[in-house]
Amino acid sequence: MDSNKLVKMANDIAAFFEAEPDPAACSAGIGGHIGRFWDPRMRRALFRHLDEHGGEGLRDSVVRALSAHREALLTKG
Amino acid sequence: MYSTQEPDAGTPLRVSQQLVTLQIDGVPVTVPAGTSVMRAAFDAGVRVPKLCATDHLEAFGSCRLCLVEIEGRRGFPASCTTPVEAGMKVTTQSDKLAKLRRNTMELYISDHPLDCLTCPANGNCELQDMAGVVGLREVRYGSEGENHLVGTKDTSNPYFSFDPTKCIVCSRCVRACEEVQGTFALTVEGRGFQSKIAPGPTGFVESECVSCGACVQACPTATLMEKSITEMGQPDHAVVTTCAYCGVGCSFRAEMKGSQVVRMVPNKNGQANHGHSCVKGRFAWGYATHPDRLKHPMIRAKITDPWRVVSWEEALRYAAGEFRRIQEKHGRGSVGGITSSRCTNEETYLVQKLVRAAFGNNNVDTCARVCHSPTGYGLKATLGESAGTQNFDSVDAADVILVIGANPTDAHPVFASRMKRRLRQGARLIVVDPRRIDLVRQPHVEAEFHLALRPGTNVAVLNALAHVIVAEGLAKDDYVGQRCDQPEFETWRRFILQPRNSPEALEEATGVPAERIRGAARLYATGGNAAIYYGLGVTEHSQGSTTVMAIANLAMLTGNVGRPGVGVNPLRGQNNVQGSCDMGSFPHELPGYRHVSDPTVRELFSTTWGVPIDPEPGLRIPNMFDAAIDGSFKGLYVQGEDIAQSDPDTRHVSHALESLECLVVQDIFLNETAKFAHVLLPGSSFLEKDGTFTNAERRISRVRKVMPPLAGYADWQVTLELAKALGYPMHYEHPSQIMDEIAALTPTFAGVSYERLERLGSIQWPCNAKAPEGTPVMHVEAFVRGKGRFVVTEYVPTSERTTRKFPLILTTGRILSQYNVGAQTRRTHNAVWHEGDRLELHPHDAENRGIRDGDWVSVRSRAGETTLRAQVTERMQPGIVYTTFHHPESGANVVTTDNSDWATNCPEYKVTAVEVTPTATPSAWQEQFQRFSEAQAGLMPQR
Ligand code: SF4
Ligand code: SF4
Ligand code: SF4
Ligand code: FES
Repeated sequence: MDSNKLVKMANDIAAFFEAEPDPAACSAGIGGHIGRFWDPRMRRALFRHLDEHGGEGLRDSVVRALSAHREALLTKG
Repeated sequence: MYSTQEPDAGTPLRVSQQLVTLQIDGVPVTVPAGTSVMRAAFDAGVRVPKLCATDHLEAFGSCRLCLVEIEGRRGFPASCTTPVEAGMKVTTQSDKLAKLRRNTMELYISDHPLDCLTCPANGNCELQDMAGVVGLREVRYGSEGENHLVGTKDTSNPYFSFDPTKCIVCSRCVRACEEVQGTFALTVEGRGFQSKIAPGPTGFVESECVSCGACVQACPTATLMEKSITEMGQPDHAVVTTCAYCGVGCSFRAEMKGSQVVRMVPNKNGQANHGHSCVKGRFAWGYATHPDRLKHPMIRAKITDPWRVVSWEEALRYAAGEFRRIQEKHGRGSVGGITSSRCTNEETYLVQKLVRAAFGNNNVDTCARVCHSPTGYGLKATLGESAGTQNFDSVDAADVILVIGANPTDAHPVFASRMKRRLRQGARLIVVDPRRIDLVRQPHVEAEFHLALRPGTNVAVLNALAHVIVAEGLAKDDYVGQRCDQPEFETWRRFILQPRNSPEALEEATGVPAERIRGAARLYATGGNAAIYYGLGVTEHSQGSTTVMAIANLAMLTGNVGRPGVGVNPLRGQNNVQGSCDMGSFPHELPGYRHVSDPTVRELFSTTWGVPIDPEPGLRIPNMFDAAIDGSFKGLYVQGEDIAQSDPDTRHVSHALESLECLVVQDIFLNETAKFAHVLLPGSSFLEKDGTFTNAERRISRVRKVMPPLAGYADWQVTLELAKALGYPMHYEHPSQIMDEIAALTPTFAGVSYERLERLGSIQWPCNAKAPEGTPVMHVEAFVRGKGRFVVTEYVPTSERTTRKFPLILTTGRILSQYNVGAQTRRTHNAVWHEGDRLELHPHDAENRGIRDGDWVSVRSRAGETTLRAQVTERMQPGIVYTTFHHPESGANVVTTDNSDWATNCPEYKVTAVEVTPTATPSAWQEQFQRFSEAQAGLMPQR
């Protein structure tokens, strides 16, 4: 999957949840949304981008959410 | 006119708590106060002769045929204009009355051509019937004197003709155009004997007329007559079915001669449309028998190979073999399907079942992805159900109507007529739209506030409206306190009160003067019942879902959810887009909007279907494209959907489709997507199958087969055959059995069955033990999710911004006479009103670029370039340009980008930064498109 697109999509999701004042809730919002709506191959590709390219271009909130929810987002699928 | 076989009570139904009892010819009858004597007589089983009255129009009292005698009253009052009174004694038949009526008829007939035997209305003419009813036997006046027997027939409208020699000036047509359609295209010119009906100074086709047909079904003579009747004669039977165009879901009587449609007439008992229609459903059905219809299955190994006509069996075996081969090589998730929002609920259900059960994954999506997916997300998150809250009739109780990002007079015409009627009665209107859509100013309709915002700033405007309501203390605190989640509300309240959400602070971004926003907010919050209607101008944005949630916030804040006259009403684009979503067409949801990760729901389906259900969400349409290019997605089954034309960033879509190893397209025409296909399965039109559609008000209506499928199979049967070839046979003899399975598995559909639909006419879901006859208005006592949820809706400007290179914003939409990609309407006479897509721009922008009306212009964005003809118009704001996407060669979607809604990936069709310049040549894409289309046409077998 085109990682630029995935980065943009993840960042757009984050821009919505960043309005959430509580950082844990923001993280849960981002992670939850990606888990509920992204096909596993997209999630894997995003993690690959995070792991292999240091998550270049991702907003901090996305990086935090991915790290916090790595297991839930990757174990299945 | 409507079929004379349909009963006509003469004047409209009156609703009143107060009942009045009177006597008609000695028979007592009780009717609501305000009812006419004519209608009371009808209720008593007495048909008073009439010509100018009909039950879908207010009485006018001009023909004097309906005279009666009323005890204690002098003279002979007209029964159509006389309201009932308690104790009235009415006589409808007497020698004196008979003579008066005969005299009146004699005058009419003496000025009417006596060519009944060759008249197209012969057998369905009220004038003819009335002459018989009153017993007219001779006409003493010759036709030598002054008369109207010579005149020129106006045949300019492609669908109906106007023959003034047959007109009796009853003005039913004029009243229909005003009262029912709200267009005011017709007038009675002159007075007395000189009076005549005219569509303004021109013929029909150049006039204001929108060809809705209301006047034609109102006309009691052959003056206004469908050309199809003139050509084919009167029908011999009628079947009630549902329009296959837009989400209004109008009910129609398909009037037939054998298996040939003679005309489509809106059904007076239709609960969505109450006897009204628009030009598409009423007249544009000829595509169903167009010679371009695909009639034989075809296959080819590569898209550069010629098509080979094969048997159904071979085509299905080939398709199934390819899907299985691909899955073996590239994994279970390498194939998927797209359901159609134009097909029936039952067909859509089957396609998602095929994907989930036979393919074994959740890679299923539908075109709602590119239109109303944010509605599903946003309304579920806030109110708890992915659907509009009201029925259409609810608009009759609205005091304030807020229309945002919708153009109902073009896209949902029949509902727009209802809305306009309410506005003429005094409801007040707020329009939020970058364009000055027709609704902003029409005869007898004017928006009190038109917030002409910059595209992409819906959330900012809605936040500013909410800010004003909270800051000025106009919120309904009791309602919010009782019905909404308090901690969430408090968080939202703090957010919305921040000064950056004030109209003054957002003025620069939105382009809307703060005072106007304040005025609109006050009106919405305090003007009585306030209803919001919205369309794709809300959803097709990078913040589409946020906008839907902001709309829900606004409605909850002012207590405007849960009763007639209010609510949040998405106007759905395609006929069955609500239904296709309900039926589990999204890759994360099983039917009834239940997430695939829910083990209880999965268990339910896997037990019934006999296979495990994948717990992970599948690919959405844009993700399918990306995965195709990436190489992990190789096979796609597309039913009745033209992704190559309708989806954004055409070059990207083409690239994706070319990357597939097996693309199976099931459609009635060789659409743009089919040009990339390996297997073509002929589809069937709505006239060729049984099933149901669900409209924008959650109304499930029957679609009934009136002719056999042209290629032998209805779409649902094709899916069954494909499933069988894949080794997953499904057993249904009739779509009603599919609906029974849906009802058994989906709580909101639990009470739905064909038997009940037959009995009730139509049903609005939820329909279950609690609401056995359906649910017109939702969230009445409490929200479906329990407590209503206020969601913080931060305004995040789209990343699609104007630059020096791309200084204008392009936004897209549609027009009345054409429907979406135009595959159907382009194959009808509707082309008369729209030969091609145009780029609308403001005179100022045109002048700066040396562009004149009608010039060819190039439209360029970062995604691509195309060429269109310019239309210079003040409807546009400076800086904003607009086009439609009804014609493939115009390539509107070559220009749109892959930006999309953050939550659902619904594309941002409404905001693309572009530059427009004069040009003399087609764009490179258009030349390539032309070559590709010609090459593909060359690969088709000769007809
Ligand atoms: S077709 Fe409709 S718009 Fe046209 S004149 Fe008749 S009623 Fe009016
Ligand atoms: S055109 Fe038909 S409906 Fe209109 S005034 Fe003449 S007869 Fe009546
Ligand atoms: S308003 Fe929509 S459903 Fe009704 S006739 Fe027109 S296209 Fe068909
Ligand atoms: S029907 Fe009553 S006056 Fe014409």
